[in-house]
Amino acid sequence: MNRREFFGLPLGLLAATQSRRAQGIEFPAVVPGRALRFPDDEGAHPEFRIEWWYVTGCVFDSAGDPLGFQVTFFRNRAVDGGGNPSRFAPEQLIVAHAALSDPQRGRLLHDQQLARSGFGLAGAATGVTDARLGGWRLVAEGELFRARMASRDFSIDLTMRRSQPPLLHGDRGFSRKSPGPGAASYYYSLPQLAVEGEIGADGKSRRVTGTAWLDHEWSSAAMEPQATGWDWIGINFDDGGALMAFRMRSGGGGAMPDSAALWSGATLRTANGRTRTYSPEQVTWTPVRWWRSARTEATYPVAWRVSVGDLVIELEPLVDDQELDARASTGTIYWEGAVTARTAGRIVGRGYLELTGYWRTFRL
Amino acid sequence: MLAVFGVALGVALGVAVHLINASAISEFTLAARTLSGDPDLVIRGPLQGFDEAIYPEIAQLAGIEVASPALEFDVRVPGHRPLHLLAADAFHALRIHPALFGNEFADVHALLESDAIVLSHAAAEELGLKSGDHLKTQVGTQSVALRVIAVLPAAASAQRIAMADIATAQWRLQRLGLLDRIDIRLAPGADPADVAAKIAALLPPGVQVSAADAQTREAEGMTRAYRVNLNMLALVALFTGSFLVFATQALTIVQRRGEIAILRVLGLTRAGVMRILLAEALFIGAAGSAFGVAIGFVLARIAVERFGADLGAGYFSGVTTQLHHDPIALAAYFVLGIAVAVAGCALPAWTAAVSDPAPALKAATALETAGSARPWWPGVALLAASVPLALLPAFDDLPLGGYAAVAALLAGALWLAPAVAENVLQRLPSPRDAVALIAVHQLRGANSQLGISISAIVVSFSLMVAMLIMIGSFRGSLEDWLRDILPADAYVRAGGAGQSSFLDAATLRAVGALPAVARIAAVRIQELRLQPGRVPVTLLARDMDPAQPEALPLLLGRSLPLRTDLPLVWISEAAADLYGLSAGSEVNIALSGRDVRHAVAGVWRDYTRQNGTLLIERAHYVALTGDERVNDVWVWLGPGKSVAMLSEELNRALGGAGLVDVRDTASIRNASLLLFDRTFAITYLLEAVAVVIGLFGISVGFSSQVLARRAEFGMLRHVGVTRGQIAALLGIEGLLAGSIGIAYGLVTGAAISVVLIHVINRQSFHWSMDLHVPVLPLVLVSVVLVLAATATAMLSGRRAMTGQPIAGVKDDW
Repeated sequence: MNRREFFGLPLGLLAATQSRRAQGIEFPAVVPGRALRFPDDEGAHPEFRIEWWYVTGCVFDSAGDPLGFQVTFFRNRAVDGGGNPSRFAPEQLIVAHAALSDPQRGRLLHDQQLARSGFGLAGAATGVTDARLGGWRLVAEGELFRARMASRDFSIDLTMRRSQPPLLHGDRGFSRKSPGPGAASYYYSLPQLAVEGEIGADGKSRRVTGTAWLDHEWSSAAMEPQATGWDWIGINFDDGGALMAFRMRSGGGGAMPDSAALWSGATLRTANGRTRTYSPEQVTWTPVRWWRSARTEATYPVAWRVSVGDLVIELEPLVDDQELDARASTGTIYWEGAVTARTAGRIVGRGYLELTGYWRTFRL
Repeated sequence: MLAVFGVALGVALGVAVHLINASAISEFTLAARTLSGDPDLVIRGPLQGFDEAIYPEIAQLAGIEVASPALEFDVRVPGHRPLHLLAADAFHALRIHPALFGNEFADVHALLESDAIVLSHAAAEELGLKSGDHLKTQVGTQSVALRVIAVLPAAASAQRIAMADIATAQWRLQRLGLLDRIDIRLAPGADPADVAAKIAALLPPGVQVSAADAQTREAEGMTRAYRVNLNMLALVALFTGSFLVFATQALTIVQRRGEIAILRVLGLTRAGVMRILLAEALFIGAAGSAFGVAIGFVLARIAVERFGADLGAGYFSGVTTQLHHDPIALAAYFVLGIAVAVAGCALPAWTAAVSDPAPALKAATALETAGSARPWWPGVALLAASVPLALLPAFDDLPLGGYAAVAALLAGALWLAPAVAENVLQRLPSPRDAVALIAVHQLRGANSQLGISISAIVVSFSLMVAMLIMIGSFRGSLEDWLRDILPADAYVRAGGAGQSSFLDAATLRAVGALPAVARIAAVRIQELRLQPGRVPVTLLARDMDPAQPEALPLLLGRSLPLRTDLPLVWISEAAADLYGLSAGSEVNIALSGRDVRHAVAGVWRDYTRQNGTLLIERAHYVALTGDERVNDVWVWLGPGKSVAMLSEELNRALGGAGLVDVRDTASIRNASLLLFDRTFAITYLLEAVAVVIGLFGISVGFSSQVLARRAEFGMLRHVGVTRGQIAALLGIEGLLAGSIGIAYGLVTGAAISVVLIHVINRQSFHWSMDLHVPVLPLVLVSVVLVLAATATAMLSGRRAMTGQPIAGVKDDW
């Protein structure tokens, strides 16, 4: 699952929400000027159509080898049950995703789960970050977040300590996704989380430390019909700063030359804690290098030059092949991976890059 | 040719029975696998389902990767057969039921809509529905429309089934809070026994965890007795086939005696003679087997295509069947056919080989098979052995002792047949009429031929008699039972056990208040397991007075007066047999997740259900479970009221026709008896075949005699006996032999029928029956057979009566 499949995610879920039954549901609108309140807004907003908690991070094991990880929980207010009193009524669906990037492996390890909330087996709590699906869980405990998951191929068990206040995107957390007024979300990040824990793969467990980034975003809006995909980064700078930038694309396929930015945005927090948001014309994305997946024949721009205002960073992936095949659960394939950020050839930070709509245009 | 036919018949029957059963089992297994998916463990409870509250506890146990809750039951579709529904949580189910919930239809999420249903290809075709149409189901007595959002491709499932989301089924089909199953996929490396033990510790009484293939094994167990009995019939056919080989080989050896003697004189050893004759038997066996396998295959194919693999027994309803191919079994039957032919030929071949060639060269005298000099004690020992054999308990649920007893009875009777015939003939007063006198004396002298003829009759006729008496007893008992069990005037059925249709308490009260109704008694039908791993028993909760239960064919005639505070249960014979219970014993019955101890007040006869039935008072059941729904209502009509009036009033009260079935007692009786007759139609066919075999036996016996007596007939003709008189002579001989054989067969058959009724049937199907001897059919068949024997004997002699009498005499000198 990729987050900027914005409101589309997962595709099937959206199809369900758009069906005739869903038309009776009143989803709250995302409006400017609603002040985000913490910690309440760190919990779920079940009345909204879609919501996610998205943790990405770059860590190093005791040998100094780098690893990238991603643990995500999506909540989707699904179909109108028509007042179905069954405890199985699928009012809220929970999707969990986890992936591990290991340069020594050369490709992602990845697993996903999908379930309806209920019975205490799956769900997202209100008032506090606490999302779970089976044995997978992301939970806030005071200043710590704990992320746990285990699948057949790998396991993640990490604690992440907050070091900064929430980074509000757009207009104090009201984040527009298109020129029109319709598509927007409430969106904040918690960058510079200090990571510590264990990552297991290939039957052995590794002690890791590093830095992570948590995104929390919720909305009821539908994707703009002309949007074909999007690019996103979340970078923790070594000096304590943080950058989020995204670009919604339109026209042609994602990799087509005629693909144009439908909307862009960025939020930058400098080392001294000052935060600034950027308008679409202040953000430029320039592909530097393309990688072609032999599995899917999709071509992704895996290296970039991104400029936000005066800041220019060069992005280079930890591994070229960080393609994620989520067809089994959501019917789509995208690229989501750990990257290093350089300025003038020097590494200045690490983070995650997400590229959607390069395999196929999202058409719902 | 006759021998080939005999072997072919036996092999064909065996092959057909085996193939049909193998098809049924494999189809059932496949169907069960489609419905159960591919779990490691399955949690199942009673038919009414179990509380969903245990689901989260199970799902969070260590060692479990997926716990997929599901409902599975029959949905009533007015105007059609009930539709089997599997309702699961699609997100879990697609990992356990990839064929049904997997990517065959991509939009799993559309299934989440609260009226969505997916039909299998077969279901959509039969119901005439396509994607977007509405399926009208009946829940209780209400109509509920579900929207068909997709039709599965035929490749996904050949069954007639439907799928829905579990929330939809719980709500729309009124099963809130209930689950029928939880399918478990274990985490890698988890120990199934360990996880199963942990699960079992969490389960309430009546809910069990078992390995995934338990259901298939249960189905196999359920039909095993039935299959074994059919296979036994096939073996009987093979046995008669072997007897035919014996009879025809005995005849050909008589015919070729001179030939064999010449070969012996020319230097062929006895072993050489044996080899030649056995090689012939081998050839006969191979030809017969080949024909038999082919015929059996075609028979099975026709039967499966026409009637389905359940053979009308109803074990595998809803399963579409294709003929199962099983080359190993076919080869086995082929070899068995050859073995039977060789075995049948062994005795005549041995007799021919050891006989002295000198007298054989001289004249075609009769073949002296062992007989007159035969000691009587082995026969008596066999007959005596049948008694303790019949008294043996079932072995592994199979009546092996009973089968052995029948075999011993038959073998003993055959062994003694010549001696019995001889005795009877000796005691017969010598008739005045010359021809009759010759006939009696001839029979007295020609013991071995008589032995063959009488044995042929005894084998075929005794089995026929046994079947006739058994079926007659069963039918008679069934008629009595139907009279007992159907005391009311009319029966209203809302739905079968576990179906979506039922009558709720309010509707039941409304039915009771109808003008046509004088009195009602309601019945709730459930299924539950008395022991883990065993097929569920049926629980009937009926309105009744526990002090005087009506319509209960109790075996002791009345309930035991129990001094107990425990609630009472009346159990069927099957329940008594299978669980070792009897009147006065106590048993735990799991109701709504609680074990409730009951005292057995009586054992009753239930011809409807083979796996055991428990009957309790409905008021007591409702108090324990809160389940006020009912399946059936017995109705006693008011004075001057008719079933038609009741039907009309019901339709008005329920707001629609066809929501319930209303039937009068006579139609249920007739339908039951018709079903019974249809089920046993195949055995009538087998009997006809047995009779034909018996007649062949007579024909063979007399043909060999006539051949041997050509000189005698020639001489008789010389002294002035007419052809007509010789025909009469043979006729009288046939009449006598036939009468003796049939009388003897009647006695033997009656003895076998007792074993069939009280041992084989009881142990296989767990229901007793009273002896009802169908006198008229027996007399009719006996007379027909005696006449047929007479005619056969006369026809066999025709050859001797043609041609020159002089040639016949010359032959001897």
